[in-house]
Amino acid sequence: MIEHRPWLVWLSHGVLLLGVLIVAFPIWIAFVASTHAASDLASGVTPLLPGGYLFENYARALGSGHEASGAVPVSLMMWNSLVMALAIAIGKIAISLLSAYAIVYFRFPFRMLCFWTIFVTLMLPVEVRILPTFEVVADLGLLNSYAGLSVPLIASATATFLFRQFFLTVPDELVEAARIDGAGPLRFFKDVLLPLSRTNIAALFVILFIYGWNQYLWPLLITTDESFYTIVMGIQRMVTVADAEPQWPLIMATTMLAMIPPVFVVVAMQRLFVKGLVETEK
Amino acid sequence: MAEIGFSQVKKRYGGTQVIHGIDMQISDGEFIVIVGPSGCGKSTLLRMVAGLEAISEGEISIGGQVVNDLEPKDRNIALVFQNYALYPHMSVYDNMAYGLKIAKLSRPEIEERVQQAAKMLELAHLLERKPRQLSGGQRQRVAMGRAIVRDPGTFLFDEPLSNLDAKLRVQMRLEIKQLQRSLGTTSLYVTHDQVEAMTLADRLIVMNAGVAEQIDTPMAIYDRPASRFVAGFIGSPAMNFLAGRVGEGGRELRLEQGMPLRSGSLNLGNLAGQPVTVGVRPEHLQVVAEEDAEMHLQVRLVETLGADSLAHGHLVPAEEQPNGTPEDILTLRLPGVARIAEGDRLPLRAAEESLHLFDRESGWRLADV
Repeated sequence: MIEHRPWLVWLSHGVLLLGVLIVAFPIWIAFVASTHAASDLASGVTPLLPGGYLFENYARALGSGHEASGAVPVSLMMWNSLVMALAIAIGKIAISLLSAYAIVYFRFPFRMLCFWTIFVTLMLPVEVRILPTFEVVADLGLLNSYAGLSVPLIASATATFLFRQFFLTVPDELVEAARIDGAGPLRFFKDVLLPLSRTNIAALFVILFIYGWNQYLWPLLITTDESFYTIVMGIQRMVTVADAEPQWPLIMATTMLAMIPPVFVVVAMQRLFVKGLVETEK
Repeated sequence: MAEIGFSQVKKRYGGTQVIHGIDMQISDGEFIVIVGPSGCGKSTLLRMVAGLEAISEGEISIGGQVVNDLEPKDRNIALVFQNYALYPHMSVYDNMAYGLKIAKLSRPEIEERVQQAAKMLELAHLLERKPRQLSGGQRQRVAMGRAIVRDPGTFLFDEPLSNLDAKLRVQMRLEIKQLQRSLGTTSLYVTHDQVEAMTLADRLIVMNAGVAEQIDTPMAIYDRPASRFVAGFIGSPAMNFLAGRVGEGGRELRLEQGMPLRSGSLNLGNLAGQPVTVGVRPEHLQVVAEEDAEMHLQVRLVETLGADSLAHGHLVPAEEQPNGTPEDILTLRLPGVARIAEGDRLPLRAAEESLHLFDRESGWRLADV
């Protein structure tokens, strides 16, 4: 903006601050709640300033967990979530890179049919196909396992489509130059295409990691064994305890802990992530 | 070092034939330029030699070996692309070394070859840079370096200079020529720029619509173009073409607008009465005294280039043909700064042996007078 109007600056900053408050306030409340004793919250009045039970609450959450909800320590649930999120993110990227490579660079029978078949599955998110998927996973004996948590979510049309679009923008001359240099298909993939896709892979990794971490419905369905609980569904289990008062400080501490890994991934990969989304230079 | 042979080479895409049977022998160390307008099939022909396009029919041999079914890497060739096709994520050094690494050369050998090529191309101080940190001319050099380190039997160039600005193009043209001379490597060079073609080539292939219309040295093509297309494509400004007719008995040539050319001294008996296209280059027209004139130019526009001047206009019809229409455009090239003004009427005569007669239907050359 070229115009310089002081009131406009104040107004726009005001709007931004309001937005930040709306987003940040619940997180603040969650944090504050996680630092009080359970009895402080039971009174119905939510304090606005942190209390003195910070270390105690977090240590209890990480270490032993909430006895009334099955006593799964948060550290175990975070580990499960991490395994699931990483398996989904890495698995999806590996599979979509290879399938996009095949679709763009090789001429095989029914190539377009393959592409459209993959593409059409975009219309079928997990929630829509959840019953048949559950049936398949159950029959394969994958309930209560890491494979059951991650494999059904790995096949991905979105990532395949994204990589396909990227590969299409790689100039044909590069392929030809590699052929003249004597690079075979796998060599070309490894030496040229992968390094060029680096930023795209990073951006996708961030998105997919968060997607995997935030999975709720699927882990809820296929895990009955507490040692395979993931953190996002674990929080829900903590709230709906039977015949007991929900331990709000513990629940809030768990919530805060659940937020850390996605935030960490975004912050750590932010530079590559933005580059991958905006970069056009090939 | 390699000879290249083409024998009835054809290319079809589905039902459309784009190259109609090329026959040619290129000897070792020759610099051959393939020139033609866009879409004439020149790049396709080069890519068939490189192995990037399949050969529909016929055979291409390199160094005596038929290469139709060989992979590009086994053809002992190196290709310089129009847009350089450098690997964007690799340094200049790695770009040049990549092919050698795949060929499993030893590290010291790769190092030596790359350093040598870099020195030759004055790239030694840029080896650590990425392609995007280089200027167009430097990228072009890296692309050439990548070709040189392979020490191939044949260099293939696919319009390598067309992405450079005019000044750099002239400089790189000279460098390519010198490099090819000093390496003595057989080269096949595709361009649409006839100046590049004339200056670089030992021999030229002028292509039009998938046919090699003429294969000869640049000067032979300039002096005796085999067809109207070749005559119009080679030479700048382009040759003038006027509608003419050979007189009965083949002793005179007359423009359709009435003026007799070269009357009395001709011997074109076999062409008697035939309609022809008369071609004459702008630089071969001379301004003469009124009584020696064969034709007149009505000047419409003068372009002064310093070293020479161009006068554009149209042919003035003969007076005995009052109904003649001024449809034949004519360009005249005079050395130095000519004292011509727009609207002038100049008496002209074509230099001896400078008129080219082409068949009006087929365009093929009939005779020079």
